[in-house]
Amino acid sequence: MASAASATRSRAPSGPVKFLRSSIGAKSVMALTGLILTAFVFGHMVGNLQIFLGPEPINRYGHFLQSLGELLWLIRFVLLATLIVHIASAARLIVLNRRARPIAYVLDDSVQVTFAARTMPWTGMILLAFVVYHLAHFTLGTVQPELFSHHDELGRHDIYAMVVLGFQDWFVTAWYVVANALLALHLSHGVSSLFQSLGVTTPSLRWPLVDLAGPAVGTAVLIGNLAIPLASWLGLLELPYGAM
Amino acid sequence: MNLTLQMWRQRNLSDEGGMVQYEISDVSPEMSFLEMLDILNESLIARGQEPVAFDDDCREGICGMCSLVINGIPHGPDSGTTVCQLHMRRFQDGDTIYIEPWRSRAFPVLRDLIVDRNAFDRIIQAGGYISVNTGGTPDANAIPVAKSEADLSMDAASCIGCGACVAACPNASAMLFVGAKVSQFRHLPQGHTERARRATRMVEQMDAEGFGNCTNHYECMAVCPKEIDVRVIAELNQEFLRTELTGSE
Ligand code: HEM
Ligand code: FES
Repeated sequence: MASAASATRSRAPSGPVKFLRSSIGAKSVMALTGLILTAFVFGHMVGNLQIFLGPEPINRYGHFLQSLGELLWLIRFVLLATLIVHIASAARLIVLNRRARPIAYVLDDSVQVTFAARTMPWTGMILLAFVVYHLAHFTLGTVQPELFSHHDELGRHDIYAMVVLGFQDWFVTAWYVVANALLALHLSHGVSSLFQSLGVTTPSLRWPLVDLAGPAVGTAVLIGNLAIPLASWLGLLELPYGAM
Repeated sequence: MNLTLQMWRQRNLSDEGGMVQYEISDVSPEMSFLEMLDILNESLIARGQEPVAFDDDCREGICGMCSLVINGIPHGPDSGTTVCQLHMRRFQDGDTIYIEPWRSRAFPVLRDLIVDRNAFDRIIQAGGYISVNTGGTPDANAIPVAKSEADLSMDAASCIGCGACVAACPNASAMLFVGAKVSQFRHLPQGHTERARRATRMVEQMDAEGFGNCTNHYECMAVCPKEIDVRVIAELNQEFLRTELTGSE
């Protein structure tokens, strides 16, 4: 009898809204969306590394993605929603956390926090700016429009030419280097952190597995992602037919 | 040794407060930190000034009353100790020492270095208890508890509720405290009656009090005088998510 009464009582004010409003609910949403975004970043990197196999595979890959049609739009929609939810919960939690200490210490010190952990809101915000730039660059073609209209001999969008030529511009390459360094930093804390936020970390899992997962994923993404602009800029990827 | 102290002075809840500098001489390295403050207060009283108010009680590291941020670190430079267990030999002649109260919206400063920690009590009232029947004393060890589970519970139960975790956290989060209180019951059969709603209720109260939330910096664990492991925060997250997502009660 007692359990029936308590069941109705605590179920009543509950629900998704209440869950999302609670600090741990919002944090778990951030961890889950962070995990989805990280999975995307990883897949995106692996797909793009096909550029080292030459123009044919990467252009075929791009053509394949375009041919997905409505499915591609569905994936884009889900990713965008994921990013928005991640940022919205981040913003809310950051505001709550700032409010929780209205008066700062005159002398503040810390014992063990990492630079990556401390800078999560800043690396995240610059990442958002980079995501917008990156979409304008290679998805919409508004950054370097002259490179966006190339087609290969099969009439497919010439991604190889667009990428390799695009990174001849030192400024573009430098911006990608900076953004990917910040992404690596964000992931080095974020990936380790999400296991704790979802409640799966135990002391024996934490060291070394979980604590090293973030830096490992961050480093892998840094190397994989930067290989492309740096190899292009250094002339390690052969410039396409009669360009520039 | 001679020291310069930069201390937070604040008359009452509504006073704005500020740092005040004091010089103190002939401090012996054998003194505890609180004894050094006692000496300062005696000299302030002798000069007709208001002594500095600070919390303390047992002075042997078990009650959780003492609560000073020393040079930016709650409970001072020694790990795994309360400030009442800190000794002046950790400092050098000529040092300047900054002494501030716990800083958190949920812990308003009442006077000088004393903060109101009733928010912790309200979190406990919300769910940090077990229900037992009154009556005759039950037999000891009538309910078997695995050694490993008992250890996890006892480690969590070593929390003295001082609030250093909140003071150290960049977000003034109370999750190490709340996690410890949830964990100590979670691993014992006696805690199971209220298990499903305990985390939810305590987290609701924690949020309502204005504590921040964990960004996994683990500063709390580094300053905790009882060295409570942040696994209790993972357990808190797990308990909360289990109830919220399965709707189990
Ligand atoms: C675009 C704007 C972004 C902002 C403002 C942002 C902000 C944040 C913040 C503040 C955190 C919490 C850090 C902490 O626990 O202290 C976080 C966590 C995280 N972020 Fe982001 N982020 C952004 C984009 C991204 C992207 C693009 C990814 C994936 C590649 C990502 C992956 C993660 C992960 C995995 C976590 C860990 C979640 C957790 O702590 O449980 N974030 N983000
Ligand atoms: S005075 Fe009791 S723990 Fe420090």
